[in-house]
Formats: sequence, C-alpha cells, structure tokens
Amino acid sequence: MRTRIAGVQPPRQATPEFEAANLRQRKRRGLLMALPAYTYLVTFFALPLLVVVVYSFATRNRFGGTDLSGWNLDSYQQIGNELVRQVLVRSLILALITTALCLVISYPFAYFMSTRKPVVRNLMLVFVMIPFWTNFLVRNYAWYVILGTDGPLSRITEFVGIGATRVLFTQTAVVLGLVYGFLPFMILPLYAAIERIDGRLLEASRDLYASGLQSFRHVLLPLSMPGVVAGSILVFIPSLGAYVTPEVLGGAKTTLLGSYIVTQFLSSRNMPFGAALSTVLMVIMLTAALVYFRRGGRTL
Amino acid sequence: MTPAVELGGVTKRFDEVVAVDNIDLTIADGEFFAMLGPSGCGKTTTLRMIAGLEFPTQGSLRIFGDEVGTLAPNKRPVNTVFQNYALFPHLNVRDNVSFGLRMQGLNKAEAARRAEELIDLVQLSGMEKRKPSQLSGGQQQRVALARALVNEPKVLLLDEPLGALDLKLRQEMQTELKGLQRNLGVSFVFVTHDQEEALTMSDRIAVMDEGRLLQVGTAEDLYERPANRFVADFIGHTNLIDATVVDSSTIALANGTRVAGTTSEAAGTAVALSLRPESMQIGRSTDAVPGDGATRLSGTVTEVTYLGLAIMYKVAIDFIEVDVRADAVPPDDRLAVGDTATVWWEHDAEWIVPGAQ
Repeated sequence: MRTRIAGVQPPRQATPEFEAANLRQRKRRGLLMALPAYTYLVTFFALPLLVVVVYSFATRNRFGGTDLSGWNLDSYQQIGNELVRQVLVRSLILALITTALCLVISYPFAYFMSTRKPVVRNLMLVFVMIPFWTNFLVRNYAWYVILGTDGPLSRITEFVGIGATRVLFTQTAVVLGLVYGFLPFMILPLYAAIERIDGRLLEASRDLYASGLQSFRHVLLPLSMPGVVAGSILVFIPSLGAYVTPEVLGGAKTTLLGSYIVTQFLSSRNMPFGAALSTVLMVIMLTAALVYFRRGGRTL
Repeated sequence: MTPAVELGGVTKRFDEVVAVDNIDLTIADGEFFAMLGPSGCGKTTTLRMIAGLEFPTQGSLRIFGDEVGTLAPNKRPVNTVFQNYALFPHLNVRDNVSFGLRMQGLNKAEAARRAEELIDLVQLSGMEKRKPSQLSGGQQQRVALARALVNEPKVLLLDEPLGALDLKLRQEMQTELKGLQRNLGVSFVFVTHDQEEALTMSDRIAVMDEGRLLQVGTAEDLYERPANRFVADFIGHTNLIDATVVDSSTIALANGTRVAGTTSEAAGTAVALSLRPESMQIGRSTDAVPGDGATRLSGTVTEVTYLGLAIMYKVAIDFIEVDVRADAVPPDDRLAVGDTATVWWEHDAEWIVPGAQ
C-alpha cells in the first residue's frame, strides 16, 4: 500500500484514473475483511432487534401469546400510563445521577493517571480493569453482602456509633452499585482524552495569569470535552437499561426500566408492550450514541 | 538601576540529575539577552525557573528586585513564548491573544480591543477568527508573540521561538524580534542552541554547558575572547591547538614550537591556543615567507573546500590538523590536495584558553 506523508504532493503519475482504481481496490479489500464481522452482527444482533421492533406493533392475545396480525400502536400508547411514566422518569434520574457521580469521581483520577510515569500509569490501568475479571453478577452480590442488614457496612457504622445502616434495597444502593459497575467506562475515555492534551498548554495558561482553577475551566476541561461526552454516554446508556444491579440491590420496591421490561416479557406475558418499551429505550440510546459519535467518537 | 532578572547561586536538581548548577546571572532592564548552549545544557530549565514553571532547588531568583523563587507563574510579571508556541487549539486567534487579559479579570470588550492592537502589531489583522491549526508556522509564531506581549510583561521569555521555522522565515523573524524588542524597551530572554541567532540578535549572551554558566558577554567578547575551550569551540569555528605554558609570555605547542603568548597560568599548565581559520594565512612552501612576528608551521593540504567567497583548506601538520580560510582565487592559483603548504599567523591572531582536552 502506498503511504503518503502529510503535505507532500502526490507524485505526478498519479492520474485520476489510477487514483480511482486504487480506491476501488482498497474498498473491495476492506469489504472482504469485514464480511465475517458483518455476517455475525446481522445474524445475531440486527435481526433480533428487528424482531423486537416488529413485535412492538403486534397484539397480545388472551392466552398471553402474541398475534402477528392487526398491527397497531396500542403498546406505545400504554407508555403514557402514570405507572410507566414513573418508572421511566425514575430510571432516567438514577442514570443521570450515576453518570454525574462517575464523572466527578473519574475526572481527578484520570487526570492524575495521565500525569504519571508510564509504569505507574499502566499499573493504574490494570487496577481499573481488575473488576472485569470477575462476573458482573457476582460483583453485585458482593455489594449485596457488604450493604446487607448484618453486613460489614452496617457493623462498622454501628461500631462507630452512628447506628445500623439500611442501605440495601434503596435507590442509594442501586446508584452505588451502578457507579461501581460503570466507573471504568468513564475513566478510560477520560484518560484517553486527557492523556493526549499537551501539558505545555496548561503551563502556557498558568504563564498567562490563569489560576489553577481557571486553567482547568478554560483549557483542560474544554480540551477534554470529547472524553467527558464519550464517558458520560458510555455510563448513561447501560445505567438506563440496567437490570442486574437494580434487581440485586434495589429489591422489589423501586422498579426500574430494565426490570419492568423483563416483567413484561416473563410474568405479564405482554410481549408487544415489552417490545415497545425496549424500542423506546433503544431510540433514546441511539440518540445518545449519535451525539457521542458526532461529538466525541474520535477519542476511542 | 534594578536588574530585570537576577539569579544568585541558582541550582536545579531533578532527582539525581543536576540540570542547573549554581548559576549567578544578572539581566539588565531592556536588554536582549540570549542563553546559548547545546541541548540539555540547562538553558531551558533556567528560563522555566524565571517563568515559574520550575522552582529552583537552591539559590535566589529575583525579578525587578522581588524574590520570586517559589511564586506561581501566574503571579509573575513575565510571559513566555513557548517552543512550538503552545497555542490553545480550541480558541481562535483573538481569544488566544486576549487569554492573559481575561484571566486577569479584564472585561471582554476591553480585552478584545487590546488583543486587536497586538494582532495588528504582529501583522495578523483579518485572521482573528482563525484557529491555530489554520495558520502557518510563521503566523502561529506571531500569535504566540502577541499572546505574550499583550500582557505588557516586564520580561519576555522566549524558548527557541524560531526553531520550528525554515531558514528564510527565521532570518526575517530575527530582524522583526530585534526591532520589536528595541521599540518596546522590554528585556527579552531568549533561549537558543543556534549560535548565529544568538550572535546576531543579542546584546549579551550566556553560554551554558552541562548546567554550568561558562561565559557571559557580548557577541564580540565571546568570539574574540572566549574564556575557555568550550566557548572557543562552540562560538564560530576555531582550531584548538594543545600547548603548555613555558613562562608568562611563552607557550610551547605539542611539537615543541615556541609561541609568544601572554598568560597568567603557571608554567607547565596545559592550555590551548585558539586560532580562527580566517585569522591564519596559507601559502606554498616556496612562497615568500612573512615577517618576523609570525609563527610558521608547514604541512600537507588534505582537503580543499570551495565556499564561494572563500576557500577552506584542511592542512595536516605533523601533530595536528588545522582549518585555514583563504580568499577565493581562480582554481589554477589554489593549493591542491597533497601540496606542501606553509601555515602562519600573526601574534595578535592568537588567543589562549585554559584547560587540556
């Protein structure tokens, strides 16, 4: 393959015809390489999604099955119900809180990490990754134990005299679990964005009379914005649809969107409604993802 | 008059490495001062300490009489033009230039007005809305200059500001910078590894090597009267010939040739004779021999290089090889490789520097 140094004029003999042929060949080769991945994604990802969308327009019959006829928007109208709206709003709020907390915790950490020596940096990256070595469900049960009625947290607070704590089965427990679970998704893009910022720009801002805070506000933050956007979306999306953490740590009192959808498919046997909710969730996520790719997709 | 910058016994250590070693330096107000040396000599670290981007490990650092040793950079009346400029990529030219004023709390309109003046001064009018990435290297250089000068610093620090420009642009900017400094009357402290740049622009030059300050003086001082081997060798081109002190008015070259030379070093001390190629003469061995005052050596021509106005001969003398620069003459009149030649110099061409190789 021909490489070209930036700014250097292409050689004279590269006539338009040659260029076009070259491009065609490269495109063909690219398509061939991507074919296995395309096939896999279409079969196991795009098709099932399509089925979900199709089901959302179908009708539930009396026996809990689904009639693939008489297409209608009934399931979408159900979303307007008071109960459903509550679940949706609650999920959105919890996802936003989770995202904000992750951002506040991750930013200083990512900045600290990106200013270390490569050895320390890599070590810290490994630490960030360690939780991934254990199953997500297992890690949630670990929190279940920690936050439980007679768990370590309660024992400690009792010992220092604040009295026993009942965090388990509250929204606090859910947020705690979500922040814990999705923190790496915030740290990594932030780190990637901050790490590539030229440190001399911060020095230049200090030289130009910026205080530490002003330097952060006017140079570091705007330049790391792609990472902030990417990390926020990567945390917000899975938080919104989270199922495992609310199930394990949230108990039955506060239903969130993920659990609610599962209920529709399993116990309520209302597949079209579950499918409609899933589709709405997907549209929200897709919008968020589009923002991500437009604004910050370059950092990952 | 209070000096602009005053360093007293300043040392900077990074872990075990001594980057700057016990430097004493005084830079006058309104002076164009260059710090010259090879990379890693400590010149940039010294500049960064004046800017407040590094703090000295030891010593005193004053700006206009105020001790600023560990004062944060935003609290010092100095501004820096960074190597590769460090322009803010997310801000346009106007916002880059007005940055310092805005950080000092000046309102937006006034900051923009002052920025406009400086943008005008560096001849970038009409480019206010451009981002740094849309500017050429020379234009970025001007933005960096305007961004620093808009704050009316008492001392302007420049870290290899012309290093990234091509030769022609660099020469233009040298003239412009010098003119700017003269008009503003502000001290410029200029770090460079390019001796020609330092020689042509500066009022005074400090030569550094391995963290030590080797000599401070005018271009002429450094060129005509280098204090040591390093400076003699680093500034311009010279032949350093090892010699030994015989007495206070005589030194002996390695082959025993005695040369009249005034020195304060004790007899037996190793010194070096510095001879500039242009202050030596060369002729055929059959040529008329010059007068009595001159020292003569004979050798064989090993290289002839045509330089346009001059010709550089490399001549192997039994114990050393020297470069001699002669006026260009038609090819037939030149010495050729292999010719036997006589090299001579007058007494006033000599300069004795202390220290052996």
